[in-house]
Amino acid sequence: MSDLIRKNASELVELLNSKQVSSVEVTQAHIDRTNAVDADVHSYLHVSPESALATAAEIDRKRAAGEPLHPLAGLPIAVKDNLTTTDAPTTSGSKILEGWVPQYDATVVAKLRAAGMPILGKTNLDEFAMGSSTEFSAFGPSHNPWDLDRIPGGSGGGSSSAVASFQAPLAIGSDTGGSIRFPAAVTGTVGTKPTYGAVSRYGLIALASSLDQIGPVSRNVLDAALLQDVIAGYDKHDSTSLPESLGSMVEAAKKMDVKGLRIGVIKELTGAGFQPGVQARFNESLTLLQNAGAEIVEVSCPSFEYAIAAYYLILPAEASSNLAKFDSVRFGLRVTPEGNPTIERVMAATREAGFGPEVKRRIILGTYALSSGYYDAYYGSAQKVRTLIQRDFDAAFAKADVLVSPTAPTTAFKLGEKLEDPLAMYLNDIATIPANLAGIPGMSIPNGLAEEDGLPVGIQLLAPAREDARLYQVGAALEKMHEDVWGKRMIDFAPELEVK
Amino acid sequence: MSEITPDLVRHLAGLARILVTDEEVEKMTSQLSLIVDSVATVNKAVAGDIPATSHPIPMANVFREDVIEPSLSQAEALSGAPDSADGRFRVHAILDEE
Repeated sequence: MSDLIRKNASELVELLNSKQVSSVEVTQAHIDRTNAVDADVHSYLHVSPESALATAAEIDRKRAAGEPLHPLAGLPIAVKDNLTTTDAPTTSGSKILEGWVPQYDATVVAKLRAAGMPILGKTNLDEFAMGSSTEFSAFGPSHNPWDLDRIPGGSGGGSSSAVASFQAPLAIGSDTGGSIRFPAAVTGTVGTKPTYGAVSRYGLIALASSLDQIGPVSRNVLDAALLQDVIAGYDKHDSTSLPESLGSMVEAAKKMDVKGLRIGVIKELTGAGFQPGVQARFNESLTLLQNAGAEIVEVSCPSFEYAIAAYYLILPAEASSNLAKFDSVRFGLRVTPEGNPTIERVMAATREAGFGPEVKRRIILGTYALSSGYYDAYYGSAQKVRTLIQRDFDAAFAKADVLVSPTAPTTAFKLGEKLEDPLAMYLNDIATIPANLAGIPGMSIPNGLAEEDGLPVGIQLLAPAREDARLYQVGAALEKMHEDVWGKRMIDFAPELEVK
Repeated sequence: MSEITPDLVRHLAGLARILVTDEEVEKMTSQLSLIVDSVATVNKAVAGDIPATSHPIPMANVFREDVIEPSLSQAEALSGAPDSADGRFRVHAILDEE
């Protein structure tokens, strides 16, 4: 196996730009890796080796001819299968879209193409990104490269496992309640949910439009910064797109300095409910930050107690509306029942056959939360909780520049363990959901291994809206402190996968 | 206590245009009861006069100039449809003949 696959994206960028390796070599190395391990990991729903190699060859030709190229040109990437691509099927993990090839590229996909980044394939996810484990994918779950019997997190477990198993140096994810950050935490990788509106959602198959945000998945903070700088920016096709630039994340990631920064520990997201190894690694990171000159302060966010409840009203309500478009008319599956098939009966039969159990559960819950007589008590109250959570963050950020918490209460659980218990599954997102409700940016970085099970633990960093750069500054600095302690990257502790 | 009953689940599924089997109704009734009891705690949090937040970073009146831009052709727009005819989406009868 080529050692190119283990390199950080930033190292590959240097090798490519200095013509020490070609894009075809780098791309082929990752395709070979997928052929060798993805039967076990199942990161991809669809692979595009021919088009990826064609893009790579084109970049190599341009580089040889001395044409100006984007710094990331030739660096391959994986894309979550809820972003539209005109040259590959887009299923969002659902039978209702099986085989559908979209008529337009998502803005993020168009930006990757414009930068000359070969797209290796489309990664697995829980159906329509509803889940924390990929077990709700209609096409079977992905597996955690650290232990194939465990979940790689969700919904973006395809992207996290692809990056963690060296099948891609970078990947795109989407985060509605933690779908980038939770998978990053349990696979020992990095994942960022940028500020709401920082990255265009045009062409992202919407789950909950007031919460969804696209972001980078990587093995390293600088790599995530490189990718966020490619995909961020105003897009007239997305009416929630922020008009202003948030600056260079790469510059922030290179500062490597936390002196004088105030780091706020969220009281409500520590202690009871968090696995001992998760809490222990978190406390050690606080010590590292303090030793490097940061000031550790405690902040309180009392309304977080209601965050999951509010989220599981707002998300189903918006999802039930967004998923109404899957009506058997314009795209996707059509199932025609016997007897007297009116359009309504065709729709109902199609949606019965095309949607899986979690999607049905959430659509029906959302229909309930929005129905007259219940609207004020459920959806209305949830939106008020959202205001309270924003106020908690405002107060916390008055005392701290960056907030920290464990990313998830536990390490990766076993496949099947929580499948029949929706409420237990929902609790995984307790630390990640508040950022989506408030629209602020969040990042999960590797934070060591829990001694009780030897599995990866993540630490979450949160910053005020539009201050994504602070995440990259603190994240890269903390990552460096960790690697100095460990003597290597955390991903280098992962067991070798069996190569076929 | 939640008021989720099998009949309510059937009604909601009908509104959402999802055919459900008796088995699904039974399972969903018990699961949704637990979920609704749990999420109903939001009511405890919002005593007093608190404004609602619909979008985390609100932006009002996002408009563009009313000029024609390139868009999908009719053939492209129809290319993913399960059925089409004469340049249109073709569907089953909208009105029930019974």
